[in-house]
Amino acid sequence: MNALRLPAGGRIDRSTTYEFTFNGQRLTGHPGDTLASALLAHGIHRTGTSIKLGRPRGIAAAWAEDPNGLIQIEEPFPEPMLLATTVELTDGLTARGIPGQGRLADVPDSARYDARHSHADLLVIGAGPTGLCAALTAARAGARVVLVDEQSEAGGYLLGSTDRIDGGPALDWVAAATAELAGFADVLHLQRTTAFGHFDDGFVLALERRTDHLGTPTHVLGGETAPPHKSRQRVWRIRARHVLVAAGAHERPVVFSDNDRPGIMLAGGARTYLHRYGVLAGRDVVVFTTNDSAYAAAVDLADAGARVHAVVDARAATPAAWVQKCVRRGIPVRAGRLVTGTEGVERITAVAVAGERIPCDLLLVSGGWNPAVHLFSQAGGTLRYDGGLGAFVPGEERDGVSVAGGAAGVAELGGCLADGRRAAEGALGGLGFVPVDSPSPVAEAHVDGQPSLVLWRVADGDQRTQFVDLQRDATVADIACAIGAGMRTVEHVKRYTTIGTAHDQGKTSGVLASGIAAELLGRPVGELGTTTFRPPYTPVAFAALAGRDRGSLFDPERTTAVHAWHVARGAVWEDVGQWKRPRYYPLPGEDMEAAVLRECAAVRGGVGILDGSTLGKIDVQGPDAAEFLNRLYTNMIATLKVGSVRYGVMCGADGMVIDDGTVLRLAGDRFLVYTTTGGAAAVLEWMEEWLQTEWPDLRVYLTSVTEQWATFPVVGPRSRDVIGTVFPDVDVSNAAFPFMTWRDTVLGSNRSGHDASTPRSARGGRPAPDQDVPVRLARVSFSGELAYEVNVDSWYARAVWERLVAAGERHGITPYGTETMHVLRAEKAYPIVGQDTDGTVTPHDLGMSWAVSKKKPFFVGKRSFHRADNQRADRKQLVALLPVDRNLFLPEGSQVIEGPSVPEPPIPMLGHVTSSYRSAALERTFALALVKAGRTRIGETVHVPVAGALVPVEVAEPVVFDPEGARRDG
Amino acid sequence: MQLITCPYCGPREEAEFHYGGQAHVPHPADPGSLSDEEWAHHLFFRDNPRGPFAERWVHALGCRRWFNAVRDTVSYRFHHIYRLDQARPETP
Ligand SMILES: [Zn+2]
Repeated sequence: MNALRLPAGGRIDRSTTYEFTFNGQRLTGHPGDTLASALLAHGIHRTGTSIKLGRPRGIAAAWAEDPNGLIQIEEPFPEPMLLATTVELTDGLTARGIPGQGRLADVPDSARYDARHSHADLLVIGAGPTGLCAALTAARAGARVVLVDEQSEAGGYLLGSTDRIDGGPALDWVAAATAELAGFADVLHLQRTTAFGHFDDGFVLALERRTDHLGTPTHVLGGETAPPHKSRQRVWRIRARHVLVAAGAHERPVVFSDNDRPGIMLAGGARTYLHRYGVLAGRDVVVFTTNDSAYAAAVDLADAGARVHAVVDARAATPAAWVQKCVRRGIPVRAGRLVTGTEGVERITAVAVAGERIPCDLLLVSGGWNPAVHLFSQAGGTLRYDGGLGAFVPGEERDGVSVAGGAAGVAELGGCLADGRRAAEGALGGLGFVPVDSPSPVAEAHVDGQPSLVLWRVADGDQRTQFVDLQRDATVADIACAIGAGMRTVEHVKRYTTIGTAHDQGKTSGVLASGIAAELLGRPVGELGTTTFRPPYTPVAFAALAGRDRGSLFDPERTTAVHAWHVARGAVWEDVGQWKRPRYYPLPGEDMEAAVLRECAAVRGGVGILDGSTLGKIDVQGPDAAEFLNRLYTNMIATLKVGSVRYGVMCGADGMVIDDGTVLRLAGDRFLVYTTTGGAAAVLEWMEEWLQTEWPDLRVYLTSVTEQWATFPVVGPRSRDVIGTVFPDVDVSNAAFPFMTWRDTVLGSNRSGHDASTPRSARGGRPAPDQDVPVRLARVSFSGELAYEVNVDSWYARAVWERLVAAGERHGITPYGTETMHVLRAEKAYPIVGQDTDGTVTPHDLGMSWAVSKKKPFFVGKRSFHRADNQRADRKQLVALLPVDRNLFLPEGSQVIEGPSVPEPPIPMLGHVTSSYRSAALERTFALALVKAGRTRIGETVHVPVAGALVPVEVAEPVVFDPEGARRDG
Repeated sequence: MQLITCPYCGPREEAEFHYGGQAHVPHPADPGSLSDEEWAHHLFFRDNPRGPFAERWVHALGCRRWFNAVRDTVSYRFHHIYRLDQARPETP
C-alpha cells in the first residue's frame, strides 16, 4: 500500500512492517521511517490546517526546520505540537494532524526523565561530515570528546544524498568513522540528542530522546525494547572547554503567492525522503530554485521515476553541467523565470510560471541555505551578512567556540570535511593537545556551477497569501503593515507580526523576514540583521527540564528528628523555607481555629510542647567570639555570663532588623546563637561577611549546628513539673534555675525508642543506649509562660521527646504547632522577623529600644538610628489592634486608615496589619500592625477595610496578655 | 551558567556563589563622626560602571569564603580574581 515507496534503497527496514494510525486511517510503514516519510509513502502531504486562516497545510521539509507539518500524538501517550518530520515511526503509533494547536495530556505522565552531567575537552554539535571529521581529529589526539547529533543516526546531510567519500558511498565512511569513535574510551557519542541551548563558558544543554523510538512493550516487533526503568528523555548538562558548532545549514524557501499549499516542499527535503526513506514525495514535480543545489533534487527524483516538468531557475545564468544533466533526462529548464502562484486546495495541482500553467503534485523550492548559527548566536556570537551566500554567517571568533562546515557557510562536501578537521585542530592547539597525522577523507569532485541569486520573495500577486511564517500564518502583507506602523528593526517587526515566535522559532522564516523587511524599507539586509537566537533550538518538554526534580524532590524537604511522631499524631504542615513544621494537631472533628484555640488554652492553662528544632543554630567559637557578637547584635553580648542566655536583635548597617533570637554563652570563648528558622543560612552568611571582609583580625570560627541539635520548648505553668520529672538531677526552682539561664544535664538510661543493636560507628561516636545522654535546658520563653527549652543531640531527639510527652501526660501535655506558637507570641508582641518586619523596621519601631545598647560605642546599624529618617515621629510602629467587634477577624495585610469613612483617593494610609489571630486567653480577636506614630495613637480608634466594609478597631499597647510578665517564672 | 574561579576551590558554577556588591568600600572606622549625608552615601551609593568593576563575591554553597574580583559588567568576563588580602590588580 506504500504507493510511493521505492522497492529498494534508503535506510529503512522493509522486512518489518509497522502499523500506525493517522487521522483515523490505518497505515503502514517501516523501522527507520519518520511519521512524515511514512505518510509521504502513502501520498499523504496534508497534515492539518493553519492556526489563523484554517488553510490546509502539509509536510514541507524533512527535519526540524519544517514550519508546517504539525501533529499530535494520541498513543502511546498524548503529546501536542510535534513535527511529523521528527517523530520516529513506531508500531501502534496513533497521531493526528492539528489545526495549528494541540492539546496537553490530561493524565499524569508516567515516564521518567532525568539529567546527567558530562565534561569534555571538545564538544562537537552535529555528526555530519564536518562534525565527524572534527570528532575523529580530536579523539585521535587523545582529547575527551562529546559528539551529539539530533538524528537517529550519524551522517547529517549525507543521509539524504548520494555523495561519495574516498571512492565509496559516503555513508560507508560515516559507518567507519562512528565505529572508530566507538573505540575511544574518552569519546561520548550520542545520537537522538539535540543540543538546544548554549550558554556561558562552554555550557551546553542537550536533550537525549532515549525510548520513544523503541515503541511500547505491547507494540514491539523484535529488536530492542525500552526497559521500564529507562528514562524517556535525558537532559545532558555538558561543560566543554571548547564547543564546535557543526550543525549544518537549513534550506530556505522563497516566498511567493499561495506558497503554503500541501505538496510544496524544500528541495533538499524531497531528496532526503528519496535517499534516506526510499519515498517519492510526488510524481509530477516542478522545481523552483535560486541556486544549484536544487538541481540535484530534480535529477535524483527523475532518476527515481518522477516526472519533472520543469526546473524554474530564477537566475538568467544557469549552471551548464546541471542543465546538461536535466536535458539528458528531458527536464526543461526555465532560466530567469519565477513561480508567481499555485493552484489546489488540499494539495498543489499546478504552478504559474510567467503566465504558463504547469500541472504538478509536488513543488520543490530552494532559496539557498541558512547556516544553522543558532547555537553560536545563543552564546553571544555576532553574525555577519555574506552577500555572496545570501546568508548570515558567524561574524567573529569567540574564545572556546568555533563554527565549521555548513554552519559556517561552507557549501560543498570536500570543504566541510576539511573545515571540520581545521576547526578541531585549531581548538586542540588551545587545549594543549597535538593533532596526530592521519589521512584526510577525500570527497568526489564538486560540480562547478553558477553563483546563487539572493531572492527573498516573488512580488507578483496578493501579499496576503505570501506566507513568511507558515506556522503563524504571517505574510508579506503583515510585514508591510508592521513597517507602515513605524517598525524599523527586525526585533520590532518580529513582535508586531509574530514571525519567528512559533515552535520552530523562525528556522525558515527568520532570515526571510529580515530580507523582506529590508527590501520594503529600502535598506541593506546586512544592516538590518536578524532577530536574536534564543534557547531552546527546538522545543523541550517541561517534564524533561524538570527531570527528577518534581513532587517531593522539587525542592529538598527538611524534616526534624521527630517528624514521624508528628505524622503519626496527624499534624497539619506548614512549610517554613524547606522545613516541614507541624502547624497544628487537629483532634477528630477539629478545624484549624478549634485546634489552635484548644492548643493555646492548653499551653496557658497547663503545659504544651513544641518541636522547635528548625531554629537556626550557629556555634560561634574563638578568643574574640564575644567581641564579634558584640559588634553584630544591637545589645550587649560581651557581658553575658557563662550559663546565661540573652535575647538579641541583629540589624543591617541601615539599622533595619534582619534577625533575632537567643544567644547562649557556653564558655568564655564559645556561644551558641539561635536564629529564626528562615534566617539561618542568611545569618551565617552575614556573620561570615563581617568576619572575613571587615574584621579578619578577629579570631572567630562559625559552624552551623542546626541539624545537630533538636530543640523542644516545654511551655506552660506545668512545665516545671514535667522537666523536674524527666531531669531529676536538675533543680528546676526559679531560684536555682532562673529565667534566661541554661543548665547542662543528662538524661538517664532506661530510655525507650532507641535500638541498642546500632553499631557505635553508625551512632557517630555517640553514647550507647545504656549510657547517659547529654541534654541542655534553657529557660527562655516565646510565649510569656514559664518555659524550658530542651536541647539534645538530634540522634536522641525522638526518645527525649517521647519521655517528655510521657512525663507530661498527667498534666495533659499538649503538642502544639507553629500557629499556636504564633498566637502566643503575638499576645506578648514578640515580633516575627519577616512577618511583622519587612526590612524597613528598626528595633525602636518594634518597641524594643530596650534591646539596643546605649553603652556600646559600635555595633552594626548603630549610626543609622541617628539618621533623620529614623528619628521621624510618624514612623510606623508596632501596636496591637483590637476590633470593636470582638469576633471580627482582620485579614493579615489589611490596610489601616483613619476613617470612619473612606475619603477621596489618594487615601492617606496609616499602616497595615502584620499578624492577626483569635486569642483563647482574651476570648477575642486581636492583631499586630505597623501604624504611623502608632504609640501616640494608643487608645484611639482607627479603621480597617474588611470585606468591603470599614470596621472600627482600637489601637492598643502591643502586649495584650499579661503585660506585667507575671507568668514568666511560673 | 558561568564558571567562577573561587581562589580556594577552583572553577565552580555561578549558582554556588552570592554577589556582594562593590569591593573596596570599607565600613567607616568611626561612623559616628560622619554627617548624615556622608553616612547615607556609604550606605546607599555604589558605583555602576560600564566595564571593569571590582566586586565582592562569596562561595556561599562551597567553602563560604569571600573574595574580590574585577569583572566586566558588559561581557560578564572575570578579568581578575583575588583574595581579600591582596591589592586590587591594575585594570585598564
Ligand atoms: Zn570556594
